[in-house]
Amino acid sequence: MSDTTKKPSKEPPPGMVEKRGASLWLNHAIMIFGVLIVFFPIWLAFVASTVTQPEIVRPPMPLWPGDQFFTNYKKALFSGVNVPVATMLFNSLVMAIGIAVGKIIISLLSAFAIVYFRFPGKMIFFWLIFLTLMLPVEVRIVPTYEVIAGFGMLNSYGGLIFPLIASATATFLFRQFYMTVPDELAEAARVDGARPMRFFWDILFPMSRTNIAALFVILFIYGWNQYLWPLLITTDPEMNTIVMGIKQMFPSGDDVADWPVIMAASILAMIPPVIVVISMQKLFIRGLVDSEK
Amino acid sequence: MEKRVTFKGWILPLCLIAPQVFISAVFFFYPAGQAIWQSLFIPDPFGLSMQYVGLGNFKFLLSDPFYRASFLTTAVFSTLVTLVSMIPALFLAVVADRLIKGAGVYRTLLIWPYAVAPAIAGVLWLFMFNTRVGIVSWYLGNLGYDWNHVLNGGEAMGLVVVASAWGRISYNFLFFFAALQAVPKSVVEAAAIDGAHFWRRFFTIILPLLSPTTFFLLVVNIVYAFFETFGVIHTITSGGPQQSTTILVYKVFSDGFVGQDLGSSAAQSVILLVVVGALTVFQFKFVERRVHY
Repeated sequence: MSDTTKKPSKEPPPGMVEKRGASLWLNHAIMIFGVLIVFFPIWLAFVASTVTQPEIVRPPMPLWPGDQFFTNYKKALFSGVNVPVATMLFNSLVMAIGIAVGKIIISLLSAFAIVYFRFPGKMIFFWLIFLTLMLPVEVRIVPTYEVIAGFGMLNSYGGLIFPLIASATATFLFRQFYMTVPDELAEAARVDGARPMRFFWDILFPMSRTNIAALFVILFIYGWNQYLWPLLITTDPEMNTIVMGIKQMFPSGDDVADWPVIMAASILAMIPPVIVVISMQKLFIRGLVDSEK
Repeated sequence: MEKRVTFKGWILPLCLIAPQVFISAVFFFYPAGQAIWQSLFIPDPFGLSMQYVGLGNFKFLLSDPFYRASFLTTAVFSTLVTLVSMIPALFLAVVADRLIKGAGVYRTLLIWPYAVAPAIAGVLWLFMFNTRVGIVSWYLGNLGYDWNHVLNGGEAMGLVVVASAWGRISYNFLFFFAALQAVPKSVVEAAAIDGAHFWRRFFTIILPLLSPTTFFLLVVNIVYAFFETFGVIHTITSGGPQQSTTILVYKVFSDGFVGQDLGSSAAQSVILLVVVGALTVFQFKFVERRVHY
């Protein structure tokens, strides 16, 4: 499972197991059909975001984009329903980057302490951190909410970010990585009289860059896609994140939802994580495989 | 655990590990402890004081027909989500693996629904099956099938299952595809020379070799269905109709935040904690050691 980036083209020439002709085309047809099925909901949302409300409320809706793209997206971005989508996108960006950067910083440091030092109480700290792997935030929502409320951190970026940093996945990844770093490097640094933090900055940190990038991709998506936690602590619409804010755009009563604007917001909400996944595909797959191991 | 070469001193490592320990303590251990503590109390009707009831909350929950129903709902839901997301993914991965050219392109095309948040996936599927404007429900109506997931519990369950499984197909495809690429071609070709046709090779050689990946994905998908699907349920059904899609995590939320029944919600958190713990132990015991044939 380690080498996911291996390209089929690098393999030896096809043996007798591979099929040609009709069967090959059938396989391509199956794959294209699969891709189309997976894409269909997104296509439909995109079409809905480019037509007028009357075209949607009289089913069936069109299957080809209309000419309202700019009208709908402008309305969504700058006025929205309760709050402009642009505001919610900004909140999501702050939250996602805050979670990714925060988690990476505290884990880089704590993994360094665990791997390269002997100090009293180390095993206790290690197991305390390990335990946090077991419990997702969904399970401890009520008491965590009370903690945040007690600190007066409702409707704040700190309240959105900190509780989601408290997990040890990243610490364990860096610990595993540090263990593979040759002992000679630390030995040499020590002989040269380098202080520990100097060793960390000049040697360990540059060596960890790929791991940091891979982890950043995964954590960014994790943070961006959070739903329950922002739903609880952002009662002020100005602090809503985009992923939770879309549900708030539906009318509460029996009114008809403003589908073109809601669908434009949905498309906008998908774009940042999708761009991250596609543009950093190799890092993404690496991060995914690493963090689930 | 640690390097043979370590740095001296214990103040620096304590400072390095402090941020993570602090955040874990405040946002993880304290709330988790609170959940356990609160689960032993019930608030009086005026919310002024708490009365100690020992394991009363747990006894009540385990005899509560709604809670038992929620357990059953969760079991059905997570089984279906796991199957609906794993079987198509395995099928597509097997087909993609047989292609020499283009497999990488299909992988790129299939990857990115993973980046779509469960809550957004919920909105997309809700749009397609909306009783008033949904295109799929409209066509179903033309075929003489009256789709109404707002009233029909079975249809509601079907919809949240499909919406939850949709993005996971990408994830499972990625892991299955990587595992298939790692199956030694020589073994498969030897079987082909012996005259085993494709499906026979698949069931006798490839599937057993995939078992570590399959077990790993089973656990990961069950954990996903338990916790991360909250957004799907909240956007599509809000647990209804008649609690037919109220999974355990949703019930913690609705009892704790909507119903303000803190003792019961805390007890439910503790039960979920035990479930997650059991799943984690299961994963370490059976998945980490890898199933070898």
